[in-house]
Amino acid sequence: MSEPSPPDCLNNFTVKLANVNGTGSASANTLLMKSIFRMGVPVVGKNYFPSNIQGLPTWYEIRVSRDGYIGRSDGIDLIVAMNAETYRRDLESLSPGGYLIYDSTWPRSHLLHREDVNILGVPLSGMCNATFDGVRARILMKNIAYVGVLAALLEIDLEVIAGLLKDTFASKPKLVDANLQAIRLGYDYALEHFDCPLPIRVAPLDLTAGKVMIDGNTAAALGCLYAGATVGAWYPITPSTSLMDAFRSFCARHRTDASTGERRYCIIQAEDELAAIGMVLGASWNGARAFTPTSGPGISLMSEFLGFGYFAEIPAVLFNVQRAGPSTGLPTRTQQADLLSSAYASHGDTRHVLLFPADPAECFELAVAAFDLAERLQTPVIVMSDLDIGMNDWMCPELTWDDDYEPDRGKVLDAGALEKIERFWRYEDVDGDGIGYRSLPGAHPNGAYFTRGSGHNAAARYTEDSGEYVEVVDRLRRKWDTAATLVPEPVLTGSGRASVGLLSFGSCDGAVSEALARMQDEGVSLDYLRVRAFPFSESVRAFVDAHERVFVIEQNRDAQLRSMLITETGVDPRKLESVLCYDGLPMCYRTVSDAVQAALARGAAA
Amino acid sequence: MSFMTKPKVAHPGLRRNELGLTRRDYEGGMSTLCAGCGHDSVTASIVQACFELALPPHRVAKMSGIGCSSKTPAYFLNAAHGFNSVHGRMPAVATGANAANRDLTYIGVSGDGDSLSIGLGQFCHAMRRNLDMVYIIENNGVYGLTKGQFSASADIGTKAKRGEVNEQPPIDPVLTALAMGGTFVARGFSGDKEHLIPLIKAAIRHRGFALIDVLSPCVTFNDHEDSTKSYAFTRQFYHPAVHTDFVAPASEIAAEYQAGDAVEVILHDGSRICLRKAREDYDPTDREKAFGYVKRRMREGEYLTGLLYVETEGREMHEINRTVEAPLNEMPFDSLCPGAGALDGILSRYR
Repeated sequence: MSEPSPPDCLNNFTVKLANVNGTGSASANTLLMKSIFRMGVPVVGKNYFPSNIQGLPTWYEIRVSRDGYIGRSDGIDLIVAMNAETYRRDLESLSPGGYLIYDSTWPRSHLLHREDVNILGVPLSGMCNATFDGVRARILMKNIAYVGVLAALLEIDLEVIAGLLKDTFASKPKLVDANLQAIRLGYDYALEHFDCPLPIRVAPLDLTAGKVMIDGNTAAALGCLYAGATVGAWYPITPSTSLMDAFRSFCARHRTDASTGERRYCIIQAEDELAAIGMVLGASWNGARAFTPTSGPGISLMSEFLGFGYFAEIPAVLFNVQRAGPSTGLPTRTQQADLLSSAYASHGDTRHVLLFPADPAECFELAVAAFDLAERLQTPVIVMSDLDIGMNDWMCPELTWDDDYEPDRGKVLDAGALEKIERFWRYEDVDGDGIGYRSLPGAHPNGAYFTRGSGHNAAARYTEDSGEYVEVVDRLRRKWDTAATLVPEPVLTGSGRASVGLLSFGSCDGAVSEALARMQDEGVSLDYLRVRAFPFSESVRAFVDAHERVFVIEQNRDAQLRSMLITETGVDPRKLESVLCYDGLPMCYRTVSDAVQAALARGAAA
Repeated sequence: MSFMTKPKVAHPGLRRNELGLTRRDYEGGMSTLCAGCGHDSVTASIVQACFELALPPHRVAKMSGIGCSSKTPAYFLNAAHGFNSVHGRMPAVATGANAANRDLTYIGVSGDGDSLSIGLGQFCHAMRRNLDMVYIIENNGVYGLTKGQFSASADIGTKAKRGEVNEQPPIDPVLTALAMGGTFVARGFSGDKEHLIPLIKAAIRHRGFALIDVLSPCVTFNDHEDSTKSYAFTRQFYHPAVHTDFVAPASEIAAEYQAGDAVEVILHDGSRICLRKAREDYDPTDREKAFGYVKRRMREGEYLTGLLYVETEGREMHEINRTVEAPLNEMPFDSLCPGAGALDGILSRYR
């Protein structure tokens, strides 16, 4: 035995499960994570998977954190090495004093050796082959069996696991028995052969009441359902695909007439992203709430239509579940590198409203807000999620719904209003907020107008007149100023009186919040502003102005948020120092605290 | 080309339709196309067809892409909403619009550049979905707004105004539609309104995607000798395969047909189309035969016109989707939002 693990690892450790993709490990990993969650212990899961269906390495990281930290952890305390191809890497990733569990059915690879860690062999395949029939069942149950091993080692309540299995397989009781049998195999073997529990272990807490474990794409789909979206058009692209899958299954359940089978929704799988956004614009023009989920490459393809939506002033809701890299890049890794390409998508003077959810709960909340804003502002709104939020299971506050909510359909003249109207000019700034009144096709003959992407005047008539063109784009600029007063305000953590501030957005939040708390423990007090929308509210500029130094933390190479802050708010660029993470992995608090503390040690900003 | 505003004057003696509207009520703005453009005749045919069918003008949505043809929705049905989208993408916008409100009549006008080059994919997929709309291609074999480049429908051997000869085979909208599962496939000629108007009426009443490829010569860039899309050439080589008579529900069939030479097709709203075969051996209800026949005649340099193929059994997009009858854009919010009570149940899976 080597060095014992540090003593503070009760409910405070990270487990990594190294598997081959396509072997059904996801259900085993979810079972493990959720069992810990149901014991009242905060937990978060990160899936590192390949762009592949079967045979390549895949990892699942489960961080158990009694402090409720949800960012990626900075070390691995226990690893289940189920993939021979990655043994060496997996062993190397283990923190000193950690534990490695491997399938000892076969002789141990010479790669599996390190003096400073504990290596525990369990004959998982051997036990499962002796117990279960069928190749597929044996492979699946081997994964479930390691959950049993971990249950013994980490002291996870078997009753909780059994309860979870019963909930999961409510309609297939036979599966419950088989899974429990596999759990038992691993559990009993571990009890018999190792000192259980390990110092890293779980003890029940009551910190997960009022919380759910949900991924952002599912939560965003629920937002679309609750916001009353009826038309969804999309083209499959990782990592956004599960959003429409979830919307479809929610609609099947909640929007289908039980007796007739009639659907109160229409989902169209488009031939490409160009068509998907065209469909959304067509449906929104016609007065339905419509949306499309996509990722960076899809936004590139949608750019022409996004400019059309901006100029012809048609609502649209997009979800950009960002992935890593230019071109195809790393389609199964996370990044926040589409800020500029989304904010200014399309040619000419074009700009779009962006919303930045920080977790799945905000995906739900901001999805609903996106529909309200798109219709109020008559323009495309892009919800900027990412793979980390969209596809990983996050522990977040339970989603809540207010039955008094009424959708903001914006300025739409109905038949009655059109009947009485003296003059209907679609693009006339009647109220001085830059937003005209629109009419829906079919409502009334007085509402007819021509929607076009070519030059048009306040009356929606074709024009090539310079003055009329300038009038329209200047009004669009006024509308943009209105947007800045309507979008969700940023969230401030701290007194607001510190001299140094952190400024970030989206999925950086877990890492930034953790860094903030840890630095606070070390006596470094900072303010933190989390931006939730573009255009930036006035308070964003005020935050920068009020601090001597501001660290702008984001997940891209080119400091895109920093660029936007400089060009859009006019703040002093010398105040803004970048902390960047762009390796495709979710951010860890150390990225933030190391960079900030090093910079603070160096002294004032250049 | 005109810069005048069209005066709204209606002669008291003008014929009125069932809605009490005159033909003038179906007109649009003054055309800004070249004098003699075939597209203006198509516009006039659309106006006449909508007038005769007594469509409430504001219940029509006019859709188009980019190009000379796509400007034309501005020249008909002033009381209808129009959507002049981006190049080649009208089918997607029409799809979304129809998804949101299945109760409107969608009339799309496109061109050979818009539908057969940049928008070929969307054109095909709209047919694959059997989107309920009228889709008119004003086909002149040439890009007008950019001054005379060949389009994808240019025939082999046809000569551009500047002398260049096209050597690539054309993409024919009718053959494409037949191959893609189009449920109403017609060809007309802008110089023959008598045949075009009943085709448009039948297309409006057809439930599903109704394509009308209209040979519509470009007087400025493609009306010269050695062009296969000129007025002179088209007049010489277009041949009706089928004469189409449109009969509104509950109207008497005026013409008398000899047994065997007419096929009657009943549309969903009870309208009837009587198809009189100009070619004895042509069968407008057999997709494979129609494809072969049209293809063979094209090889001989003939453009067959008329309603070349029709099927009324095809399920349109909403039928395939099983969408509710009422338009989605009119669904009451409480029928869409499951509410706070249901959310608790939904979340139980995530605890």
